[in-house]
Amino acid sequence: MRPIANTRSAAGIPTGRLAVWWVLASEIVIFGGILASYIMNRLSHDWWADYAANTSTPIGAFNTFVLLTSSLSAVLAHAAAERGDGKLAARRLLYTIAGGGVFLCVKAYEWTMEISHGFTISANGFWSFYYTAAGVHASHVIAGMILMAFVARDAAKNAELHRVELVGIYWHFVDVVWIFLFPLLYIAK
Amino acid sequence: MATAEVTEHHDDHGHHDEGFVKKYLWSTDHKMICFQYMFTGIAMGLLGGFMAYAFRMQLAFPGASVPGWGGVTPADYNSLVTNHGTIMIFWVAMPVLIAAFGNYLIPLMTGCDDMVFPKVNRLSFQIFLLSAIVLLASFFVEGGGFGGAWTAYPPLSSKPEYSLTPLGSSLWLVAVGLEFIAFLLGGINFVTTTMNARAKGMRLYDIPIVVWFIVIASILFMASVGPLVAGAIMLLFNQNLGTGFFDPDKGGDPVLWQHLFWFFGHPEVYVVLLPAIGITAEIITTFARKKLFAYKTVLNTAIATGVLSFTVWAHHQFVAGIDPRMANVFTISTLLISVPVAEMIFVYIATLYGGKITLNTPMLWALSFIFEFMIGGVTGIFLGASGSDIYFHDTYFVLAHFHYTFFPIAIIGSFAGITYWFPKMTGKMMNDTLGKLHFWITIITFNLIFIPLFVLGAAGQHRRIYNYEHFPDLAGGWMQDLRVLATVALLVMLAAQVIFFFNVFISLRNGKKAGNNPWKANSLEWVAPSPPGHGNFAELPNCYRGPYEYSHPDREDDYWPQNEPA
Repeated sequence: MRPIANTRSAAGIPTGRLAVWWVLASEIVIFGGILASYIMNRLSHDWWADYAANTSTPIGAFNTFVLLTSSLSAVLAHAAAERGDGKLAARRLLYTIAGGGVFLCVKAYEWTMEISHGFTISANGFWSFYYTAAGVHASHVIAGMILMAFVARDAAKNAELHRVELVGIYWHFVDVVWIFLFPLLYIAK
Repeated sequence: MATAEVTEHHDDHGHHDEGFVKKYLWSTDHKMICFQYMFTGIAMGLLGGFMAYAFRMQLAFPGASVPGWGGVTPADYNSLVTNHGTIMIFWVAMPVLIAAFGNYLIPLMTGCDDMVFPKVNRLSFQIFLLSAIVLLASFFVEGGGFGGAWTAYPPLSSKPEYSLTPLGSSLWLVAVGLEFIAFLLGGINFVTTTMNARAKGMRLYDIPIVVWFIVIASILFMASVGPLVAGAIMLLFNQNLGTGFFDPDKGGDPVLWQHLFWFFGHPEVYVVLLPAIGITAEIITTFARKKLFAYKTVLNTAIATGVLSFTVWAHHQFVAGIDPRMANVFTISTLLISVPVAEMIFVYIATLYGGKITLNTPMLWALSFIFEFMIGGVTGIFLGASGSDIYFHDTYFVLAHFHYTFFPIAIIGSFAGITYWFPKMTGKMMNDTLGKLHFWITIITFNLIFIPLFVLGAAGQHRRIYNYEHFPDLAGGWMQDLRVLATVALLVMLAAQVIFFFNVFISLRNGKKAGNNPWKANSLEWVAPSPPGHGNFAELPNCYRGPYEYSHPDREDDYWPQNEPA
């Protein structure tokens, strides 16, 4: 049973959407802390560029493409949910989950290659940041996939369709974080 | 909407068929979650007080066996001071002031039946409880509890060969991290509930100050804790994976941790201050029977304090080798932040001026909060100025200063809130004589503990020293006498808390019935029955005016409840 509080909307924004935005606000400062620390360190250590040269820009670019495409199907899922077509929304969310899966597989391949070349998390400051920033991001990808699986399960039964939008907002945020990580860890050599 | 919103369960007993677990441990009711947070917080507070007892005994009577603890070893001492600080801030001030009062007051004062996300609320407490258990477990692992100070500076905190607590330091970090997640979840509930679920007719400036302040504190927490969450992940990896974030050999920098920690650590002071000073606003308006002197000013000063609090953190690092030009900037911002806080105090004094003041227990706590916190604020100016801070840094002057801020916040503020809302929470009045006895002993002993520590700090006594007998300049004579005085005062204060618990017990049993509105106060929680049942209100109230319409000239009654149509 939902409390009456949950049905009110004094601010004019649905409560669920409001809450997701506040979650993102607190997430932004978490990633902000990691990235600001990384940027400050990077600026004061020219020689980190030598290590950054060992990251693979084509693989990173491919992953960027995969993640952005998965966001597209999240948008299409939202559109389907708006029309009340829960089955279609659920199917499109599954495409997004699959995109997240491809992203993680590529990441696993990439890390395996790097670790086998001796670039482990404890090698030096650059690699510490590289694995930590991408790892915290990857944990958000995994969390998003799990959440989406639950939402898709409900949506297939035409239940809780508003959650398709909420999980979509979250997924876009995960995307945006990667848009920052890609140039900082891959392109800046 | 023409029809009134009637809650589904308006009997005072809620569900009759709820089992013990469902009712007390698995509840989604915001009032029960308040009690869960409050009892956990009080239990942790007693533990933190016991730790203070153990290490103060060691300082007053070095080497003596402490009754109830035994001999305090250097490792014990480090672990005790570290966990005393951690517990008092993260497991007492935060859960009692923000989580417990936020949970209790926000739905009741904004006139709704519960938080907007009751299950998230329950999850928040469960994660919090888990964090407390992890912290307690850290005392029993090999090497004992973490002893690298509550600020956990690397390299001391990052290398087991320095901290000598290989597991304790990681468990400490995990516990703090879990606690942050719990309060992030709770904070989202507080903010969205206040934004969206207010009673019909309650405009932004009709929200009671304490609700505003808890919301602002929650937003401050959300906006400041992120970098420390990032820092905690880095430190955990440093401890366990050998990463190089804070290790100069690998291109890292130990001062980075200090920035991440204090970027959160300083706003955190205001995160806990705001609820306490908000509670004070409710109490002084009620017992001075006067309108809050300048509602919008108080609100704006709180927002200004919040914004400024993000710009002051490096005043903790004046001796950490930061650029002196940067120190100037942080000196200025630190001194600036005293302006809005002082303004708040002035507004409160102006509210009291000319009021019909009732000096009962909650009012005494509220007034003493203003007075004692002011001492904390004024002594902060010596520390915010980088020049004098170089002398005072890491002395007992600093320690006494922040106890003069945190004790009023965490202890005085909590007692003020508990004694004021006790009739609402339990339906019984508290015994005022016992309350005053407890108040006076606690306040007098508090000053007797920490004024000597100011003196000792100004004389050069450094913090985090296990035994001053090893320092001839600091040992013996009047300095040792002051240490003994502070310790004896602490013993009396701890003993006096028995009066409070006895008062709670006796008032629950024999206390006078409180009725809905024993203080003749205006805000919406006093419309609900005492104690409020499931769903809070028989019929959800509408709001017609601000919460501080006391002694209105056009009215016979000296109060004007928010829900009463004009």
